[in-house]
Amino acid sequence: MNFDIALLLAQDGLTNGAIYALLALALVLVFAVTRIIFVPQGEFVAYGALTLASLQLGRMPGTAYLLLIAGAAVALVDVVVALRERRPGRIAATLGWNVALPVALFFLARWAAPQQPPLWAQVALSLALVVPLGPMLYRLAFQPLANASVLVLLIVSVAVHFLMVGLGLLFFGAEGSRTPAFSDARFEAGAMTVSGQSLFVIGASLALIVALYLFFERTIYGKALRATAVNRLGARLVGISTTLAGKLTFTLAALIGAASGILVAPITTIYYDSGFLIGLKGFVGAIIGGLVSYPLAALGALIVGLLESFSSFWASAFKEVIVFTLIIPVLLWRSLHTHHVEEEEDE
Amino acid sequence: MSRAAMLVAAVVAALAVAPLALPEFYVTILNYIGLYSIVALGLVLLTGVGGLTSFGQAAFVGLGAYTTAYLTTAYAWSPWLTLVVGLLLTAALALFLGFIMLRLSGHYLPLGTIAWGISIYYLFGNLEWLGGQTGLTGIPPITVFGHALDTGREYFYLIWLLVLAALASIQNLLDSRPGRAIRSLRGGGLMAEAFGVNTANMKIVIFLYAALLACVSGWLYAHLLRFVNPTPFSLTFGIEYLFMVVVGGAGYVWGAVVGAAVLTMLREWLSDVLPKLVGQAGEFEIIVLGILLVLLLQRARGGVMGFLARFFPVTARAKAPADAAALPLREKPKTGDVLLQVKAATKQFGGLTAVNKIGFSLEAGEILGLIGPNGAGKSTTFNLVTGVLPLTQGEIVFRGTRIDGLPSREIVKRGVARTFQHVHLRPQMTVLENVAIGAHLRGQKGVLPALLRMERAEEGRLLFEAKKQLERVGLAEHLYEPAGSLALGQQRILEIARALAADPVLLLLDEPAAGLRYKEKQQLADLLRRLKGEGVSVLLVEHDMDFVMNLVDRVVVMVFGEKIAEGLPREVQADPAVVEAYLGGVE
Amino acid sequence: MTTASVAGALDIRDLSVSYGKVEALHKATVRVAPGSIVTVIGPNGAGKSTMLNAIMGLLPAAGAIRYEGEEIGGLETESRVARGLVLVPEKRELFADMTVADNLVLGAFPRYRRRERDIDADLQAVYTRFPRLLERRAQLAGTLSGGERQMLALGRALMAKPRVLMLDEPSLGLAPLIVREIFRIISDLRKTGVAILLVEQNARAALQVADYGYVLETGEMALEGPAAELAVNPRVVETYLGLARRQG
Repeated sequence: MNFDIALLLAQDGLTNGAIYALLALALVLVFAVTRIIFVPQGEFVAYGALTLASLQLGRMPGTAYLLLIAGAAVALVDVVVALRERRPGRIAATLGWNVALPVALFFLARWAAPQQPPLWAQVALSLALVVPLGPMLYRLAFQPLANASVLVLLIVSVAVHFLMVGLGLLFFGAEGSRTPAFSDARFEAGAMTVSGQSLFVIGASLALIVALYLFFERTIYGKALRATAVNRLGARLVGISTTLAGKLTFTLAALIGAASGILVAPITTIYYDSGFLIGLKGFVGAIIGGLVSYPLAALGALIVGLLESFSSFWASAFKEVIVFTLIIPVLLWRSLHTHHVEEEEDE
Repeated sequence: MSRAAMLVAAVVAALAVAPLALPEFYVTILNYIGLYSIVALGLVLLTGVGGLTSFGQAAFVGLGAYTTAYLTTAYAWSPWLTLVVGLLLTAALALFLGFIMLRLSGHYLPLGTIAWGISIYYLFGNLEWLGGQTGLTGIPPITVFGHALDTGREYFYLIWLLVLAALASIQNLLDSRPGRAIRSLRGGGLMAEAFGVNTANMKIVIFLYAALLACVSGWLYAHLLRFVNPTPFSLTFGIEYLFMVVVGGAGYVWGAVVGAAVLTMLREWLSDVLPKLVGQAGEFEIIVLGILLVLLLQRARGGVMGFLARFFPVTARAKAPADAAALPLREKPKTGDVLLQVKAATKQFGGLTAVNKIGFSLEAGEILGLIGPNGAGKSTTFNLVTGVLPLTQGEIVFRGTRIDGLPSREIVKRGVARTFQHVHLRPQMTVLENVAIGAHLRGQKGVLPALLRMERAEEGRLLFEAKKQLERVGLAEHLYEPAGSLALGQQRILEIARALAADPVLLLLDEPAAGLRYKEKQQLADLLRRLKGEGVSVLLVEHDMDFVMNLVDRVVVMVFGEKIAEGLPREVQADPAVVEAYLGGVE
Repeated sequence: MTTASVAGALDIRDLSVSYGKVEALHKATVRVAPGSIVTVIGPNGAGKSTMLNAIMGLLPAAGAIRYEGEEIGGLETESRVARGLVLVPEKRELFADMTVADNLVLGAFPRYRRRERDIDADLQAVYTRFPRLLERRAQLAGTLSGGERQMLALGRALMAKPRVLMLDEPSLGLAPLIVREIFRIISDLRKTGVAILLVEQNARAALQVADYGYVLETGEMALEGPAAELAVNPRVVETYLGLARRQG
């Protein structure tokens, strides 16, 4: 391998690594606030990419239908609970968020899709269609289990992953999609060529990370999520409800997932089940950070991206084997360096 | 014969005639159910009982299948020999992975299993000598006494014989000395360690056994289909094995078979019906399975067996024999010998000094009370003596040897047994079994004899000892009730019986009277007085002065991590500093 | 029918809590008049913290919990906090990895959600009451000393503008000098009109600041009366020190 190829591989690795880093941050966030190991994170990547791909072809994206169904299910559950607890005041709000909003988005998509609006509008519409699925998912699958153990939540998480892959197949079909690049520009920097696409992905990832940082440092809702992560009981005692924190976290996770999907869509062909492996690479990064440290998780994700890129050059067939085997030395290192305290589990 | 036993007999009889009576298609389905059941049985032990979750069992199945596929096709080895090789390879991999992952907290194991599940799957698909994605074909059938098992109907008997053997072995294991240790893992391990169980080893043992069962299933699979490719060993299947266990009922051994049956038939039916329903081909059954599982975990964690158990109550298996040879007793110190010396023990948490240079000693035959208001550092001191927390400074000496720095399972070996302030019982296990955990160190038989049920003599002695201790503390009429059904006062007394079963030289009691009603306190005090009469030495950490004062020989009073008084109860009670500490004051 | 004028700030009637088969609190009845300080004293394991946690909705309980005349037994903990029923728990439950200032600001979380405007003024008031917190506002809560933590916990609770403030063992683990300071502050809070339900083991100090007291023993109310009378009741002394023999 010569230097030029190494630079090219490094550029590829960092581009993918930036996307894995976003996912790793979302995984750490979700785990810290809700104790859920968010396996379906990758499905939001696939949903985001495939929604944008549908819009670019002028088709009605499957997510618009899915959003209607998921919203109706949430509204149904909420209304039943509200009636049972004799608090009818809550019905209006749930119908607004879970029925009126999806219906409005559905008709917006149906009107906008055939007109093939500009790229930024397609991206905005894609996000608007995918992100509300986050809090809806929390409401349906996880809210009833808020006090369950990490392991029960993990099994539910895996079940939801299955479910979302199946729904992806149903609503997007089995064909893969790849969207055109955001930028065809190329820059010469000394011996190497930097693609505009790579710069766009890395830049967008950085911008999203900065935005998240400001959200957590400066806003009361960001602080409330941090507080929940630090001390759940303390958070409840100052009036931050576990449900609110959970829904907000899932909204952010869905946003990060869908945005990653939109960024990755021009780089590789995405199928309904492609999200899982992408999300898991974010996981490997997050585990390097011990599922607690944001900077270490991001760094770990960059390492995963670089390792993947270089191993695809040397041993293309064993790319996935190498990336996922990385977890073993990482866990070995962790097991030698952490004095772990067992979580008490009840039956 | 109980209703549950009759049901089992009926199932076994039905299995014996099934291949003769059913059409080929159903025999095939039953064969698959059997193969899945073997893997799921390992997961019941690992996840349902031990609380360790693995999504990677399919990788072990693949290891078993590929080992035999490769060796029988490339080198024409006998399948029986390749089974042994497969088991050895699996054991090596499981020990390696287990050593790395089981030391980490709960959720790293499942995450690690996902990662290696993917790794091994891609490895199978990319190694050319394993046939890549097409796999290996031409695997010979298994021969038994020269007869080749090359029809599904004949193979059925081999599969189900192994299913029943695996099932019996796990039931045997759970109903034994190591089994009780395994069943104690879920409580967090603190209690099991306090009675000498090496919980890390126990975790590795069940992880290993689950992996070996998965390997056997893979071996059977390869010789049933006579070809292998990577698909059935993917992570998706690893996840489905876990689903089977959850659907069947993770805590029940038969749940593995029930779950495998329900999921296999449901999948078969759905893959038939759903494509017609949605008008396109594809694996839509995962949508239904996903929803089913989420609902199950939200509404009915016990799975199908949790539901069935209501109609077929299972009676306690472990029964104490009417008589058994007594277990050997530890050599006891003479009254007046110094047992325990705490020398300038200090414990700091970060900048906070919880215990500051505490010193006291305890003689054989004495009851020493360690008292003080909330937050005085009593429980911390207790945890220092029992090895739950490491000392920052100072020494703890028991019968002349230092015990600070030792883990709690080493300390109990020397004859120090304890109770817990917040009772640590296995609520589902019977009172007798809970107490038998206390006698863990007085037996030697390990997992292998337990699997084969070759430890009955020792088991009888252990259970007899547990019964004897329960009679000693007055709980004889509750032997076979679940421990969780006792009142708090009885649970505390059960904990004392469990500690006594360890044949201790010194008994450590952590706030045994907290939360007890007046009558219960009196019963507890009567018991402790009786034990003192029998020469048991006790260190009693307690908040309730009333309870302590009439019971103990001497008192040590702690406030803010320091000792403020020591002496006879009457003296200490009159000490103004003690009165101030207990009643408080503003001036 | 109780009307708002005769209703207490907090009326607890026949409150029972069980952990599985174990009943930790049996039919406790407590009344806190508006603007008063009421204390519940009792030994370890008597069920004091259990009672407060049940009032906050952290534990399932049977019985009536009326807050300002309204039954709140069906509300989530967070809604009770938003209405002004605030608990300072025994373990303080601060946000250890966040700054003192962030901890205080989060105390007013429900008020931010309601878009109230006077939150900054209240923050300044807390800093005036606890000058130490102003000095340490940029420090992480986890680095504070025990007394400072209790002050932060109190300050955070005050940021919610409570109308009933419940304090669980505010003197626990604190040195005598700090205990005195904490009780001075509690006594001072009376002027703000907030009603206080104080749970303490430090019986003397609690009875000195309180108007009315209850003695809780193994899950049941054993005694009640004006604080000054309880302070001299020999039974209270007996409960704590076990000095006298009791009859079965």
